[in-house]
Amino acid sequence: MSLLKITDLTQRFGGLTAVSDLQVDLKEGGLNGLIGPNGAGKTTIFNMVSGFYTPTEGTINFDGNVINGKKPHSVTAMGIGRTFQNIRLWHDMTVLDNIRLSQHYHLGYSVIEPFFRTKNYFANEKRIEDKSMELLDVFKLQDIAHEYPKNLPYGIQRRVEIARALATDPKLLLLDEPAAGLSSSDVSDLIDHIKWIHDNFDITIWMIEHQMEVIMNLCQYIKVIDFGKTIAEGTPDEIQKNPQVIKAYLGDEGEIYA
Amino acid sequence: MLPQASDLGWDGNVLGLDSWGSAELVTLAGDSVKGHFFITHYAVAGAKGATKEFIDRYNAAYGYVSSLLSVILFTVDKETGLSLLPASMSLYLFPVIIIIGGIAAGIVGLLVAIPSFKTRDDYLAIITIAVNFIIITALNNMDFVGGSRGYMGMKKVIYGMEDVFKFPYMLFWVITFAIFTVFLIRRFITSTYGKGIIAIKQDEVAAEIMSVDTNHMKLVAFMFSSGLAGISGGLFAHVIGYVNPGSFSILKSTEALVMVYLAGMGSLSGSVISAILFTILLELLRPLQIFKWVLIPLILILVMQFRPEGLMGDKELSHFFPKLKKYYKFK
Repeated sequence: MSLLKITDLTQRFGGLTAVSDLQVDLKEGGLNGLIGPNGAGKTTIFNMVSGFYTPTEGTINFDGNVINGKKPHSVTAMGIGRTFQNIRLWHDMTVLDNIRLSQHYHLGYSVIEPFFRTKNYFANEKRIEDKSMELLDVFKLQDIAHEYPKNLPYGIQRRVEIARALATDPKLLLLDEPAAGLSSSDVSDLIDHIKWIHDNFDITIWMIEHQMEVIMNLCQYIKVIDFGKTIAEGTPDEIQKNPQVIKAYLGDEGEIYA
Repeated sequence: MLPQASDLGWDGNVLGLDSWGSAELVTLAGDSVKGHFFITHYAVAGAKGATKEFIDRYNAAYGYVSSLLSVILFTVDKETGLSLLPASMSLYLFPVIIIIGGIAAGIVGLLVAIPSFKTRDDYLAIITIAVNFIIITALNNMDFVGGSRGYMGMKKVIYGMEDVFKFPYMLFWVITFAIFTVFLIRRFITSTYGKGIIAIKQDEVAAEIMSVDTNHMKLVAFMFSSGLAGISGGLFAHVIGYVNPGSFSILKSTEALVMVYLAGMGSLSGSVISAILFTILLELLRPLQIFKWVLIPLILILVMQFRPEGLMGDKELSHFFPKLKKYYKFK
């Protein structure tokens, strides 16, 4: 069954067409990749799916609902979690608070209850805190629950950000270049980590990545785009042999030897 | 310290010594506490300084609402005719009137919150300055509140209350409302709900993606802090006994901003302390007359140079005095 179905998706910024006529069909439970040279429109696609951009044309159907034009916070509440290329944690809030805020869409109490500190308020705050701590335990981050992200190593920040995205209970997790800025040993940790998440959470993952090591190791299905257009899709093996992909990444062989 | 101050002010009146002295004292305490209102709401907003600064700008003007109400209800005024309610009732209804002023300001806060959905940072600050000008101009041209001549009569209400029972009412109410404000704000920002505002301040995009409804939170932040500023405006009007549109110029909001910046924008206890210290400083430097306004900006420049995050940054008092944690949970 398809979880995310994108049809004829186009995004124009003024005269520039960032994404044109994109078709995507993500099966439930898959681990998918999205690659392409710089400026190909990958992040633009993620921004449309997560609600930051409203597509110029086309529809995004998630889990049976059309979601284009919806605000990011309601898209998140519907079950799409996301991380960013440059880590966007709240650096002056503890790790626990970072996770805790992911529950903002179902707090379980009304606007005035924080002022009156009702029973219901305490019960729900307790639920949120317990849930957050549980998640941190699962990710073995419980020891740094009260640290500030700005004081943590980059690799750990990445993990916290992924944990935070998972805290919203997503069905689809969008990872925007999770390996960006990581050292090579961190990258192999990350690969194991994403595999582990995919195996242990009931989740579909779609990731943008530049490092072929990560993509080829993890993804079952890869889509390659260039200048906003799909140029190839298939399994890692198929992609590696595709002449158009090689051309997009390495340039035209003919030009070199001409 | 505060009860002592009230004792002093109180004695001054009873003994009929120098009424100026007591008035000064009340104003001093009043001002400092009023500072809290302006300030603490910044702390609430998690203060993206610029984002939230507008609030006191125009809302202090809402001191008008409660002044008008109290004058209409309780005093015999040549314009409003006979008082609607006996003066003795003002004893109980005074806080109600101040709160009504706060609610009115909160509703206006709603109107200014809407541009905040699309505008950010400096641009939003500019919008709020514009709103400040609109409100001041409007008040200047409203004859029933005296236009640019200002509006008075609030003192009569206070005197009316004192006729019934002698007590430093304004000092009492200002302190009560200050404590009430800090209490509300603390409850708000320690809840997961209220932390949404801090999240917006730190990274709005991240807040959206983590399911924080940023427009809703901004609306709440603006209304809440406008409401608090409206309350402080009402108290201000009654302490001074006179308001004119000029009282709420940009200088007033600058004063409030300085208090926040001095303390550190993320610190609640810091804002309170700095409001008190700054007011005392202003009073101490009074003999310097105009040089005061050379020295104070200089202090600000030095703080910004050497400690741009403010004296306390985002730390609470308990960070510096860990023993305090036993008595009071700051965060």
